[in-house]
Amino acid sequence: MEDALNALVLITNFALVPGLAYGCQLALGALGVTLIFAVLRFSNFAHGETMSFGAMIAVFATWILQDNGVSIDPLPTALLALPFAILGSILFVLATDRVVYRFYREQRSDQVIFIIVSIGVMFVMAGLIRFIIGPNDQVFTDGERFLISARDFRDLTGLREGLAIKTTQVITVVTTVIAMGLLFWFLQKTRTGKSMRAYADNEDLATLSGIDAGRVVLIAWTLSAALAAVAGTLYGLDKSYKPFVFQELVLPIFAAAIVGGFGSPLGAVAGGFIIAFAEVLITYAYKRFLGYILPESWVPDGLAQFLSTDYKFAVAFVILVATLLLRPSGLFNKRAAT
Amino acid sequence: MKKSFAAIVSVAALLAATPGFAAEVKIGVLLGFTGPLESLAPAIASGAELAIAEVSESGEFLDGSTVTPVRGDSTCVDAGAATTAAERLITSDGVAAIVGAMCSGATTAVLQNAALPNGTVMISPSATSPALSTVEDNGQFFRVAPSDARQGEVLADILEEHGITEAALTYTNNDYGKGLADSIASAFEKKGGTITINASHEDGKGDYSAEVAALASAGGEVLIVAGYLDQGGKGIVQAALDSGAFDTFILPDGMVGELLIEAIGPDLDGSYGIYPGSDSSGAEIFAKMAADNGFNPGVYSPEAYDAAALLLLAMQKAGSTDPAVFKGEVVSVANEPGEKILPGELAKALKILKDGGDVDYVGASAVELIGPGESAGNFREIEIQDGKIQTVKYR
Repeated sequence: MEDALNALVLITNFALVPGLAYGCQLALGALGVTLIFAVLRFSNFAHGETMSFGAMIAVFATWILQDNGVSIDPLPTALLALPFAILGSILFVLATDRVVYRFYREQRSDQVIFIIVSIGVMFVMAGLIRFIIGPNDQVFTDGERFLISARDFRDLTGLREGLAIKTTQVITVVTTVIAMGLLFWFLQKTRTGKSMRAYADNEDLATLSGIDAGRVVLIAWTLSAALAAVAGTLYGLDKSYKPFVFQELVLPIFAAAIVGGFGSPLGAVAGGFIIAFAEVLITYAYKRFLGYILPESWVPDGLAQFLSTDYKFAVAFVILVATLLLRPSGLFNKRAAT
Repeated sequence: MKKSFAAIVSVAALLAATPGFAAEVKIGVLLGFTGPLESLAPAIASGAELAIAEVSESGEFLDGSTVTPVRGDSTCVDAGAATTAAERLITSDGVAAIVGAMCSGATTAVLQNAALPNGTVMISPSATSPALSTVEDNGQFFRVAPSDARQGEVLADILEEHGITEAALTYTNNDYGKGLADSIASAFEKKGGTITINASHEDGKGDYSAEVAALASAGGEVLIVAGYLDQGGKGIVQAALDSGAFDTFILPDGMVGELLIEAIGPDLDGSYGIYPGSDSSGAEIFAKMAADNGFNPGVYSPEAYDAAALLLLAMQKAGSTDPAVFKGEVVSVANEPGEKILPGELAKALKILKDGGDVDYVGASAVELIGPGESAGNFREIEIQDGKIQTVKYR
């Protein structure tokens, strides 16, 4: 019995808890990507940098707040900085839309051109962010580090394995649930949300029935930027803020959005968790886990690891390719993929 | 026509090889000013530049020639950039020799692609990969740092003394990390210890929890982190502490530094490791000289001082800045016989050499060149207590 508990705690500590937090961060990112795709019909590759931009503002706002002695201990100050990050990202993204994307929209440019434009925006933003904050690690977490640390858990339960739950992981999950709740309420219940969905379903019919296309686009960008800022800040808070990392995050985020069905918010959330848990569980080494649940003679000598952790991103890639081959429209999408 | 061309060439050769009049000699300082070890590079460069300034100001060097350092960025990870920087130092700045490069991968690239084709002598203060012991170098490459084969043995000794029988091992995925990890693993296993896992990690990631999960699953009493203190190594230590996977860490040379203690905090207490250092009075003298010149002597900055000093002393002994001539003198000025030379005594050494005498350069890191022109290796065993790096003893 105790062995089974140990095994459970072990896998919760090393796979389930980190996977859950990572899944939340991916889901938030994928939601932003999928919203833009639904309304503007292109893949916004600059989304990773938007996340980075939001996190950067959160870092600066946190520093300013800390310098002025503002604190909400035991919670991290970054939570107070979040509204500034959201606002800053929204302003930046709207400015980008005004200066860059609107031009191509008026030209009625091809989807492919939009994608390439977004890659250009991505590079400009990446350069801008490195110029402002530099390429290095920035740690801006403060307050209580752990809800429960591995050592405390061991002392408390007497088990051999410890379970550590970081404050940032709890904050990530709670914030994600709140953000998603608000988003789905907005899309399902409000008039503006409904008009957005109508526009996403059929652009021409929506415009004919009097929905203001410009307004819908504006709101899509706003929501996407807000989600990106939240996702980026949470990721930076939970891990550490490093501009370079967000470019790598674009792959699992797109994989999540595509697995769920591009353009489907619910699918993006599901996709986020599928990708996160697949990455974590496939690269997890089960040796010790099996050591608890199997009789001693059955325990493998090797690590019982499907793939080395170096191939974490490859997992996202394989799932992405498999989805495109087997069910190109994604798991949750009724519409055929365009 | 042919004749006059030959004449010009011979005059040029004469000019290059004749030490008969004072000139400006340039020494390249090729280190990883950007990249994973950028926090260590400035102190290393200052070490080399200190020796260069000392020689230059003495007025004894090659009939009053002055020496100036020229910096280049070897980046540590980008072999192409390192080669380009070295090529620039050699062909455009016209350096007589190079102190560098810093990381093993960059050093190998620079040696093979720039130093060998151009016939330039280089002494690395910090490249420690065992592969550099056997690399084809035409007698042009030396290092004041010991091979990691030696570091592995010392670490295995320390682990044995602490009664460790099982350890997990992770290394940064490059020439340095792989070479060091292999030498630690083989030395430790020779002593009867078990390495439960020998896994690489990539630098520059935001999240190392998956890597740590694999390490934790393999188990072990301690975790050996053959990485970089401001890159993946720090991330691994942080993630391992966060998840409660390991409490004690073994820190090889790339991981020992104030920066790590600052980043991790009190949880690091009790971890131990080694970094190059010796108990000869040279280290102390150098530390004082560094303080007087306004920099903190970090890891490998004494070695950089010694690397620059050795280059210049060898030139003095050969009476020439021609690499083909002075490369043969590097080992002879570093080893016995001769008058022992400590840091700050370079003027004295230059004078002895000018008068035809012999020197045995001891320097800041107790230099003794063995085998293929590399340091025999002195290490300082350290333990982290109350947030401070405490020296336990020298090995």
